[in-house]
Formats: sequence, structure tokens, C-alpha cells
Amino acid sequence: MRHTISVLVENKPGVLARIAGLFSARGYNIASLAVSETLDPDISYMTMVVEAEDEKILEQIKKQLNKLIDIVTVTDFTKREHVDRELILAKVNYSAKEKNRLEGILNKYAAKLIKAKGDTAVIEAVGEQGQIKELLEALNKFGVKELVRTGRIAMGSP
Amino acid sequence: MTGAEILIECLKREGVQVIFGYPGGSVLPLFDKLYDSDIKFILTRHEQAAAHAADGYARATGKVGVCIATSGPGATNLTTGIANAYMDSVAIVAITGQVKTFLIGNDAFQEADVTGITRPITKHNYLVKDVKDLARIVREAFHIASTGRPGPVLIDVPVDVQQPEAEFIWPEEINIRSYKPTYFGHPGQIKKAAKLITSSKKPIIYAGGGIITSGAHEQLQKLAEKIQAPVTMTLMGLGGFPGTHPFSLGMLGMHGTAYANHAIMDSDLIIAVGARFDDRVTGKLDTFAPHAKIIHIDIDPASISKNVKVDVPIVGDAKNVLGQLLEELGQAPDTADWLKAVEAWKKKHPLSYENKGKIKPQYVIEQIYEATKGEAIITTEVGQNQMWAAQWYKYTAPRTFISSGGLGTMGFGFPAAMGAKVGFPGKIVFDIAGDGSIQMNIQELATCVCNKINVKVAILNNGYLGMVRQWQELFYKKRYSHTCIYNPDFVKLAESYGGVGIKVTRNEEVRPAIEKAISTDNVVFIDFHIEPEENVYPMVPAGEAINRMIGGMA
Repeated sequence: MRHTISVLVENKPGVLARIAGLFSARGYNIASLAVSETLDPDISYMTMVVEAEDEKILEQIKKQLNKLIDIVTVTDFTKREHVDRELILAKVNYSAKEKNRLEGILNKYAAKLIKAKGDTAVIEAVGEQGQIKELLEALNKFGVKELVRTGRIAMGSP
Repeated sequence: MTGAEILIECLKREGVQVIFGYPGGSVLPLFDKLYDSDIKFILTRHEQAAAHAADGYARATGKVGVCIATSGPGATNLTTGIANAYMDSVAIVAITGQVKTFLIGNDAFQEADVTGITRPITKHNYLVKDVKDLARIVREAFHIASTGRPGPVLIDVPVDVQQPEAEFIWPEEINIRSYKPTYFGHPGQIKKAAKLITSSKKPIIYAGGGIITSGAHEQLQKLAEKIQAPVTMTLMGLGGFPGTHPFSLGMLGMHGTAYANHAIMDSDLIIAVGARFDDRVTGKLDTFAPHAKIIHIDIDPASISKNVKVDVPIVGDAKNVLGQLLEELGQAPDTADWLKAVEAWKKKHPLSYENKGKIKPQYVIEQIYEATKGEAIITTEVGQNQMWAAQWYKYTAPRTFISSGGLGTMGFGFPAAMGAKVGFPGKIVFDIAGDGSIQMNIQELATCVCNKINVKVAILNNGYLGMVRQWQELFYKKRYSHTCIYNPDFVKLAESYGGVGIKVTRNEEVRPAIEKAISTDNVVFIDFHIEPEENVYPMVPAGEAINRMIGGMA
């Protein structure tokens, strides 16, 4: 099962390595990871998506995360109300005759064409997991040449 | 003050009286200041021994042990000792030199990414980039090492942080917002635990190293006597409850007593205190104590429900929580029948050996116990020697049994004995060793002789890496692959360093040799030539239920 976990950490060198180490030492892969400063510049916010084959091991990893001195809080969003988003950039094939069809798709998913040159357009889209998946499936029909994703960011619901 | 002076001033203010270590290029500024310092410095002959000595000192005294090494190889040599302290939750602060800040990452001479290497084996570590942070970091390091679940903390100090001048500001207060260990148990959980205890019929207390770390031995004994429950200990817990007490079942687990294993398997309530249900204790997990409810008291939330499902988890310091529990407990359960059953197991399956033929290691340890009246500090190496020392010496006080439990580090016992002896110069300190293990840090004979650290080493010399040989005998058709070892003459070896060696080949020489070692004002190696293929029994084969013991009277 996929878990979305957020951690508030001290904004210091080595913290990411400590966190990554807890996962890698158990052979766990981090599917996505997004890190940035918070309103308090001394604290960073990380959102991680991890695939847990064994919930007990994940529980252990969360406890170990909490034990790290530089970690302030750990939140697993799996059973909590939250919002999450991901930003993607995609280079897609673009030709004048398919312009309308592409624009239709972009409108449907509130995506934007941010740059176009020759037969390539760069698309920007923000959405939750399902929307991004659908958009990518739609874009695949044009041919996606390159894809960059920020990884999921999440926060608890108000 | 220079960075080096600040560092030493901080160590003094933390109450450090002794440092174990080894100099080198990247700690020259620090050693130059140590030269004038009144902190005692013990020069070991290998950095690994410095870390183990700091560890042994910490375990014996309850204070923070300190070791120092240079960058690169000095630091990597410390790592076994650091990992050892980490696994057994021992408070040590390791200080390492590092190449100059502008050279870090350049593959400079004697450079290693020490904070990187030690990240998974320290409770926390620091790379000091600015001399202005040094005092705060040292203060935090001692705080983190010695509080909560203790553990090693490493401070990596580049040469050019040791050299420059800075104003010395001692941070009176420590505030680490993300580090606030829980010391008292949740009152609701205490109530639940008390209820479970009152309604139990066959309770057993399973006590681990946490009893010793938190100084909970008195509360533990009160609890056992109040609820009339037998007590079994982990290897790390030995000494936490008097081995001479009628309720003591000794150690449980793979080489535990048969009666401890039978009792825990048959119990209806396990009160686990400062123990972590390690695989050497539980045996096959899904068969472990099938009828028992479990109360688990531990300061580390990550230790609870890690291996077994727990009915009442209580996060807190063992001493505090046992105190809370004692206050909360009303009616003691009626355990008369249970104690009778336990007593019957004790009678039926005592620890035993046949004292025939060559010298038996068990006999040697019994004799050490008698000669020292059970008042010595015993350290061990790892393997058969360690298990015999755990089984045959009755520990009656905390911090008198010092052994590498989690990591199982051969070569630990001798330097750990040095550390313990430096902490308690007036006490008899015995390292119970094997002929394999002792050779892993034998160079420390020089440290002992130079510093008059008069530890006694009982080498149970069987010419084998005995525990591995035992497994090969039992599970690998006696194919003794690389476990028969060639040894030096330990007597001459000790003498060549300026120590004393005694060779013992017959039973009647055992006790006199021990007496002589105790009365000799020098480091002494006693080379006991024991029965070569004596096994440690009882034994639970790996992966079996712990009441399925083989050998001995099990």
C-alpha cells in the first residue's frame, strides 16, 4: 500500500541522508520526495510517498523517524483527511493540426501550454494523483517525449 | 580561547575525568591542549579499544564515556566500538578529528566521511563547521548521549575548527525542540497494567538492560516481591536483579536456563521492563509465550511492539514507571501455585556440567565467583566464554556484568575491562575471555601495563573459536571449517609486555591461580587449558521455540 508521509525537520545538512538511510537500510524505496522550507526558515517540510509491502515495517520506520533528533514531527496521511497535489512538466508532440484537440485536453485538466517550439510543446499541470494520471493518459496519445514530476506534496485538511 | 581549548573546557564542565584515545594529524591542536589539561588521558594501542574502554567505563560507572581519535583511519577504527555502544544503548561521546573544512570532500590525506559512516550507528552526530557552534554542540552531544535511551554521539571536528579563537560561551540551557524523551508512564496505562497484574495467575518479570541504565534495580526487586513473581533477565539485564534471590531465574533465551524458558513459555503475563524481545530471547516468534499477555515498559517507543504484539505498552523510564506501578498496585495476585511450579522446574532442570577430565570452563567461572565473593566486575568477550560467564557467575548488583550484547563484538571484553577498572580502581575486574576473542584486542596489554590498569583476564583456552565450532558440531556435521586456531604462548606474551602470565592445565591449579591473579599488582593473563569440545548448554537451536532446548539437563 502506498503511504503519503510528511515530516517536519530541522533545516540542516545531513537530515535528508538520515531519513533516506532509514528507508534504504530496510530495502525500502521512496517513490517520491518533495522538500522545501516552511514559514519558519529553520524548519523544512518533506512529503514522501512510500510503497510499504509490510505495514509493520513501515510502522517501525515511522517510529525510527520520530527518534531522529532532527525530526520534529511525522505524519502519515494514509488515514487522515488531507489534500495533495503534484506538479508535472511534460514535453509533448505538437502539430498545428492537432492544436485544438490538445487545447481541449489542457482545458479539461486545467493544464497550461507554457512554451512551444517547432513540433514540441511544454505542458504544465497541477493536480491530485488521479487527475495527473488521466491527463498523462490523454497526453500519451500525442506522444510524451519527456516527463518531469515534482512528487506529491500534501497537507492536512483544515 | 581556541577551538581546542573550548572543547576541553566543555568536557571539564560536563564532568569528564578520563578520556580514552589515540592521537593523529587531525587532532594535533586538541592533543596540544590536552597535554596541559588535568583530564586523565589513557592512550590505548588501537582506536577500537579506546571506544570499547569508554563504553566499559560508561557501563561500570553510569557516566558518559569519552574517546578521541584522529580523522580517516582513526575514526573508522572507532566505528566497531561506536556500533557496539549503539546496540547496547551506552552513553559515549566520540570526538574525531577531521581534515580542514575546505578540504572536506576532496579525498584529502586521512579523510573519511565520518558523519556519513557513523550515521546509522550513532544516536546523533555532528560535523562542526564553525568554532562558534562548538560549545553548544558538545553540550547537546552529552545531553543526547546520556538521556532518553542512551547511545553514542559523535562530534567530528575539523583541524581548522580546533585552531581559531572564539569567545567561550557556555550554554546553560539546552533546548532541542525535537528531542523530548518521555520519562513517566501514562497514568491510564499504569492503571491497565496494575489491573492485568492483579488478575494474573502466572506472572513473570522479564528484565533487560533498561533496568540497569535507569537504576531501577531496587524498584524491580520491590515489584517482584510485592507481586510474588519470578524474574528472568536478558544478557544485558544481568545484575539488575540479584542472581542469588529465590525469585531469580537467571538468564532466558538461547542459552538461558531451562527453568527461565519454561516459565516464560507457560506464563500468563509477561512484565517486560527495559528489554526488547530480541530474537535470541524469543526464539521462534509465533510460538513465544502463547498464553501470555504482555506489559511492555520501555523508554524507546520504537522498541515496543517491534517484535511481539503488546497488550499494555508503557513508554517511560523504567525506574519511574516501576515506581508508578508500585503505587498503583492494590491486591497482589495469588501466585503460590505458580511459584511452586517454577521451583519444580528449577529442581528438575538445573544448570549443570560434568566436572570430569580436563578443566571445565564452568568450573573456572564458579571458582572466580567464589574467589571474588561475587563482588567483582566481570566483562566478557563474545561466544562460549560470554555465555558461561552469564550462566555461572551470580551477579547481585547492577553494573557488575559488562558484555557486548547486541552487536556481539569479539575483542570487547579486554578494553571494556580497562574502562571499568579506570572507573573503579579499587574493584577486582575480570575479563572472561576465549582464546579467539582475546587476540582481537590483545595489544591493550601495553595500555594496561603503562597505566597500571590491573585487570585480570581469564582465557578459557580451548584452541577453537568455540561457539562457532559448537554450531558446526551440532548443525554442520562436525565439519570444523576454520575454527581450530593456533595460539601464541599467552604466558610469554603477557610477560613480554611486562604483565604476568599463569598457565593452568589441571583442576586443582584453578583456584590458586585465580587467587594469585587477584593478589598480583599487575595485569594478569590466566591461560586455562580447558576441555576443547565443551559445549554451552542448554541451547535452543536458532529459529526454534525457546522451550525446545537441547543438551544439559533440559
